[in-house]
Amino acid sequence: MLSYILSRLVALLASLAVASVIIFVMIEMVPGDPAAFMLGLNAAPDTVAALRAELGLGGSPVERYLRWVGGMAQGDFGISYTYQVPVAELVAARLMVSLPLAVMALLLSTLIALPVGLYAASRRGSAGDWSVMGITQLGIAIPNFWFAMILVVIFAIQLRWFSAGGFPGWEAGFLACLKALVLPAVALALPQASILARVMRSAVLEVLDQDYIRTARAKGLSRRRTLTDHAFRNALIPVLTIIGLQFSFLIAGAIIIENVFFLPGLGRLVFQGITQRDLIVVESVVMLLVFAVILVNFMVDIAYGIADPRLRRR
Amino acid sequence: MRFRLPVALVAGCLLTSLFLLAALVSFLWTPHAVESLNIAARLQPPSGDHLLGTDHFGRDMLSMLMVGARTSIAVAIVAVGIGMGLGVPLGLLAAANRGGWLDDLVMRGNDLVFAFPSLVIAILITAVFGPSAFNAILAIGIFNTPVFARVTRGGALAVWTQDFILAARVSGKGATRISIEHILPNIANLLIVQGTIQFSLGILAEAGLSYVGLGAQPPLPSWGRMLADSQTMISFAPHLAVLPGLAIIATVLGLNLTGDGLRDLLDPRLRRQR
Amino acid sequence: MTSTRTAPAWIALAVATVMGAQTALAAQTSITVGMQLEPPNLDPTGGAAAAIDEVVYANVFEGLTRYRADGSVAPALAKSWTISDDGLVYTFALHSGVKFHDGSAMDAEDVKFSLDRARAEDSTNAQKRLFTGIASVDVVDPMTVKITLSNPDGGFITNLAWGDAVIVAPESIDAAKTAPVGTGPFTFSRWVQGDRVELARNPNYWGDAVALEKATFKFISDPTAAFAAMMAGDIDAFPGYPAPETLPQFEADPRFRVIVGSTEGETILSTNNKAEHLSDIRIRQAIAHAIDRQAIIDGAMFGFGTPIGTHFAPHNPDYVDLTGGSMHDPDRARALLKEAGAENITLSLKLPPPSYARRGGEIIAAQLREVGIGTEIENLEWAQWLEQVFRGKDFDLTIVSHTEPMDIGIYANPDYYFQYDSADFQGLINDLKLASDPAERRSLLQAAQRRIADDYVNGYLFQLARTGVANAKINGLWENAPTQANDLTGVSWSD
Repeated sequence: MLSYILSRLVALLASLAVASVIIFVMIEMVPGDPAAFMLGLNAAPDTVAALRAELGLGGSPVERYLRWVGGMAQGDFGISYTYQVPVAELVAARLMVSLPLAVMALLLSTLIALPVGLYAASRRGSAGDWSVMGITQLGIAIPNFWFAMILVVIFAIQLRWFSAGGFPGWEAGFLACLKALVLPAVALALPQASILARVMRSAVLEVLDQDYIRTARAKGLSRRRTLTDHAFRNALIPVLTIIGLQFSFLIAGAIIIENVFFLPGLGRLVFQGITQRDLIVVESVVMLLVFAVILVNFMVDIAYGIADPRLRRR
Repeated sequence: MRFRLPVALVAGCLLTSLFLLAALVSFLWTPHAVESLNIAARLQPPSGDHLLGTDHFGRDMLSMLMVGARTSIAVAIVAVGIGMGLGVPLGLLAAANRGGWLDDLVMRGNDLVFAFPSLVIAILITAVFGPSAFNAILAIGIFNTPVFARVTRGGALAVWTQDFILAARVSGKGATRISIEHILPNIANLLIVQGTIQFSLGILAEAGLSYVGLGAQPPLPSWGRMLADSQTMISFAPHLAVLPGLAIIATVLGLNLTGDGLRDLLDPRLRRQR
Repeated sequence: MTSTRTAPAWIALAVATVMGAQTALAAQTSITVGMQLEPPNLDPTGGAAAAIDEVVYANVFEGLTRYRADGSVAPALAKSWTISDDGLVYTFALHSGVKFHDGSAMDAEDVKFSLDRARAEDSTNAQKRLFTGIASVDVVDPMTVKITLSNPDGGFITNLAWGDAVIVAPESIDAAKTAPVGTGPFTFSRWVQGDRVELARNPNYWGDAVALEKATFKFISDPTAAFAAMMAGDIDAFPGYPAPETLPQFEADPRFRVIVGSTEGETILSTNNKAEHLSDIRIRQAIAHAIDRQAIIDGAMFGFGTPIGTHFAPHNPDYVDLTGGSMHDPDRARALLKEAGAENITLSLKLPPPSYARRGGEIIAAQLREVGIGTEIENLEWAQWLEQVFRGKDFDLTIVSHTEPMDIGIYANPDYYFQYDSADFQGLINDLKLASDPAERRSLLQAAQRRIADDYVNGYLFQLARTGVANAKINGLWENAPTQANDLTGVSWSD
């Protein structure tokens, strides 16, 4: 077991090293100078040079790479070029929006998808199953930015039930924040819920086809109890895997939705960072996101390893 | 249940071929030229001359949608091609060396690509090389590769355990020959199904990228950009934003139905849904 | 207003106490102003971004002089000034009793510090050229400062009104990027990066008290989101509103008022005068005749904008209407191209993000195609545009709005990105610098306008309009944009 964990750990570190090099090289390749961007049209070259020096943009690429990685290892993500505040501070502030948004979208999609999927599986082939399958196909096919736009038109502009976007900040109260996140969370949740409902349905069907379920049914276990006791529980494994994947996607993948609703989230921070050439922010946030996913993968590997000893020998 | 499958497949194929046809026809003929702007005739509702109305530059919406279909489909097809072209050999390689360091390397590489936030990387690619249809293809293609590698490896691993492969090995065939001659044909169904699904995801991705301005550049119409360009006008010219949205939905829906239908048709046991 | 308004209850309470019994009818004293771009930092003396001035100019920071809404320049921190007969020595008398927001007094030392800092060798002031004419800044006494120029400069008082010339204090300037401390009627309260900047009324303001208690600048870059936020009532005013196509809707809605004014933005089809093909004046002239300005104004700006025939603002009294020299005439354009032997050429057209450029670019591409010029459109972000077009000069055509006031002087710089090199024009600008007689200046300015129009340096499209939307109950917003600012000092709500 120890050697298995060790080998996974080596793979983890190697992945991180490779990822950091890839990210650094990509960022180095991005043309455009943050100093020139900040100073605008009529800036004199010596002014730009002065600002470059102030921002710490000098040094060879290798030097800068080592400085960056070394800093991150100590928890120092650098100072944003444009905002002149620590990147860690910016990320922390943005997570206060992105995390609740992701959680809300995920909760919403899970709460809708699991019962719907279970229902469709239990009524396989019925009109209900048919409509679930049709609606979820539609849900997957709808681009979420388009759906978001429609939501804004209906609920913010026409009905004025919600504001069109923005985030009041947590000090404005829990409910106000929740309200601000409703429309974006719905827009994000629609395709996720559709996917999840389909996964749930097929996972449950798979379990229902297993011999032991047939046996249990034959022995007189009620349909409802079969579903809740066996099918639901066993279907949870693939469903949880998908939920985990969706969560990491939601944290960074909400860029477009954050733009539509002008939410100050992590995705928009990266997007702005790229357009404003605040590359230190982009570099560090992308690295953080990659790190998070790799870490989750690592932990899943370990968990599987504990659960299934055969894997360890692989 | 039994006759549900063909219905979905037929509906999917019909929808898909409708848009394929529109894209193909657009090479030869469109109701109006998409390059010709006529500001005076802008924002017209549907009429006999312009069946779906005109956009904010007075261009014919039907023509724009037809050429836009071409853009979307071309980008998605090439991107899936790249993903298959790279991913399938990698997956075969990994399966042939199952348990070995090559297998491990390919799978770790896969995980690594998956770990990157795809949209951020797509935006970075365009920041480096400039926005274009080509770079959209590149970005989508890169993130298609691990999908195909994984599916190929999974399918191939199952085939490798079968008796006829053992026979082939006994007869002295090398791993490469076996992979090409025996494994690949046996997982072709799987790849076609996955290809259809990736195709539909590619259409969605292209729409998303061109919605944020990173895809095909004007004057070439693209559905995502048509949507982005016109969404401020949604309250007085809703057809401008609604039509490209519907086109995206219909195409993706068509492809997904086709993919699911094919899966059930080609391999009834493979009922696992995404 | 909608229920989403989040003004803290204590503000309402404070207002109620001040206003006496009429709590329910008390006018609102907070405002949320929409802006398309977020400032990168809040120090107007250390960055060029227009967004910085749009937040802090006249609100947080003040200079010796300032722009008024009508474009005139008025005294601000300087009470008055005298100019020596040779035009070289300016002596400013400062207002007494002016305090920075941190409580320290503003005096002549601060003025000297600010100006010396702006013109220093290692200065990161984006408009350093405003200060290059200064030979020395001397403190005469705490309330008097003397500025000596190396050459007479008729525009010096105007230069001091720029946002880049505001007075800052040495004690607080290091933190100004994130916590600006000025002398203005509003103090900085906080900045939620990526979202908004909040200002509060300065209770110790030296000048006339302002009506607003609290001002929030909210950053919404997406035009659709801006439209939705305005319609949903999340934003009270959006002075630089980015979706002109929706203005008729706001006009029709009694809740809103549409404010259309002028800007200093000459929107031009910038042409690389050193590029292949484009160094030939006949081809540049052909492009000028291929362009239908009205179609561009209608198609890109939905009718908002004034056609221009040269690089000069039409509302300026010295403007000459030269649009006649470059009328839409495709036949003429084709003939010129034939004469130049340049039929079927293809030019690059690199477009920055604003919608005037993106939409205008598509229209111009179609108009050029009409006369046989092909274009390759490339949409760029600002950073790429600065790198490739502005600094790298790697372009044939681009569309950009030059928003600095009175910037015709850029044509005298042969290294400027459109690379126009005319000794004739450079002479005119040199004469202008030395001229102080108004009539002489006027004729020189008009000659300069004619010169660049006759040389077809760039395609002159239109003067950018300032299209704004505001809640109908808000008074006192600037209509025009003589400088980049959202001056809130005169803004108030009517009941």
